[in-house]
Amino acid sequence: MYDLERIYRAKGVADAIAALERDPRAVVICGGSDVLIRIREGKLAGRPLVSIHGLPELSEIRLEPDGTLVIGPAVPFAQVTGHPLIQRLVPALGEAVDQAGGPQLRNVGTIGGNVCNGATSADSAPTLLTLNAVVELTGPQGVRRAPLAEFYLGPGRVDLHPAELCTAIRIARADYEGFFGHYIKYAQRNAMDIATLGCAVHVKLNPEKTAVEALRLAFGVAAPTPIRCHGAEAQAADHRLDGVLLDLVGNAAAAEVNPRTSWRASREFRLQLVRELSRRALAEAVRRAGGVLDA
Amino acid sequence: MLEIIRMQVNGKPVELAVDPRESLLDTLRDRLGLTSVKRGCEVGECGACTVLVDGHAVDSCIYLTLWADGRRVLTTEGLLGPNGELSPIQQAFIEEAAVQCGFCTPGLIMTAVELVGTGRRYTRQELRKLISGHLCRCTGYQNILNAMERIVEEAYQAAQRGEPWGPL
Repeated sequence: MYDLERIYRAKGVADAIAALERDPRAVVICGGSDVLIRIREGKLAGRPLVSIHGLPELSEIRLEPDGTLVIGPAVPFAQVTGHPLIQRLVPALGEAVDQAGGPQLRNVGTIGGNVCNGATSADSAPTLLTLNAVVELTGPQGVRRAPLAEFYLGPGRVDLHPAELCTAIRIARADYEGFFGHYIKYAQRNAMDIATLGCAVHVKLNPEKTAVEALRLAFGVAAPTPIRCHGAEAQAADHRLDGVLLDLVGNAAAAEVNPRTSWRASREFRLQLVRELSRRALAEAVRRAGGVLDA
Repeated sequence: MLEIIRMQVNGKPVELAVDPRESLLDTLRDRLGLTSVKRGCEVGECGACTVLVDGHAVDSCIYLTLWADGRRVLTTEGLLGPNGELSPIQQAFIEEAAVQCGFCTPGLIMTAVELVGTGRRYTRQELRKLISGHLCRCTGYQNILNAMERIVEEAYQAAQRGEPWGPL
């Protein structure tokens, strides 16, 4: 039995928004793997809930005519990983969310919830940042779009206005085409754990596959919110594929992030992870892109 | 205030009044008497309460019963053969000595049912990852993996021959 005041099962997006307008104290619940735990912990105890669990209009992954990949926020992690469009266009994203929690959690926990709870440790977030993901937000005033990087406001805080819902996660064709990615999650155990640090890379090589054309690098748990490292990315542009590149990117990233000391790990250890994991993730992404390091 | 929901539990249609605050674990154990569904951590970490909802393994402790409205739920009780016989999955757990105290067993068996249902073949490394949502404090997992490996292989071979296999 959960300590909740009441739960309203929304029949659709418009119905959910109307319910949130009627009840400003209400908490949106989708997969439940985060909200229900916080009710158990007492942090969200006694609140009214508006459930958008399994709403069909939020549960599909599709491609728009211009090549934009649209991911429904209510799609569970396991279905993100298993979806043919994800496997074909953004396989690194499917691999990243396949590292959240354990198998049963990945059958209920959703990619939209992972983003909207604002956790810096969200396994989807670094990879989505490297894909320049845009969140579509629907509220009483209509629909707006915000780059994911601007959606994060602080630890556990996102730019959701009152009675607003995330209704899609969008990735433009130019942000995935030609890019190859990799995500590394460092945690205390291989499953059922929260990232001590997460590192995502997407890289595009020049046509000769001898140099970086564009690098995108992002981290989870390296700052109060998931963070992109634009400085490191700029230094990598047009750089040839060698060990110097890896050093350059790792050191530049360590200068841009701002991790904290927590019971999981110290700030110093996290900085070490930022240097090391960016090297490893970039090396793997380059390999996937068909490049050879030190060539 | 109770709400009426309809779901199919272990192949039988069920209509019942539930408290909206109930987890599926509460409903299955306390209203329907399906005590194979174990109450463990109650925060989705131990896997002892695992059941299948529309064929997907979920932790029933962090799944609201209201969400099961109109869906199919399967617990270990639903594997019972027409004459009370065990399913091949349960038999494999016995023969491989994959059971000690038994608390994690029903959940692991439901994950095995989910995997068998995919008709795929899995390596031992993949199986290690696929059972990582279950905590067993007795066995050290090796015998559980032996049983799982045998089950998915037998099911795969049967599917290749076009033969029916297993409990479903």
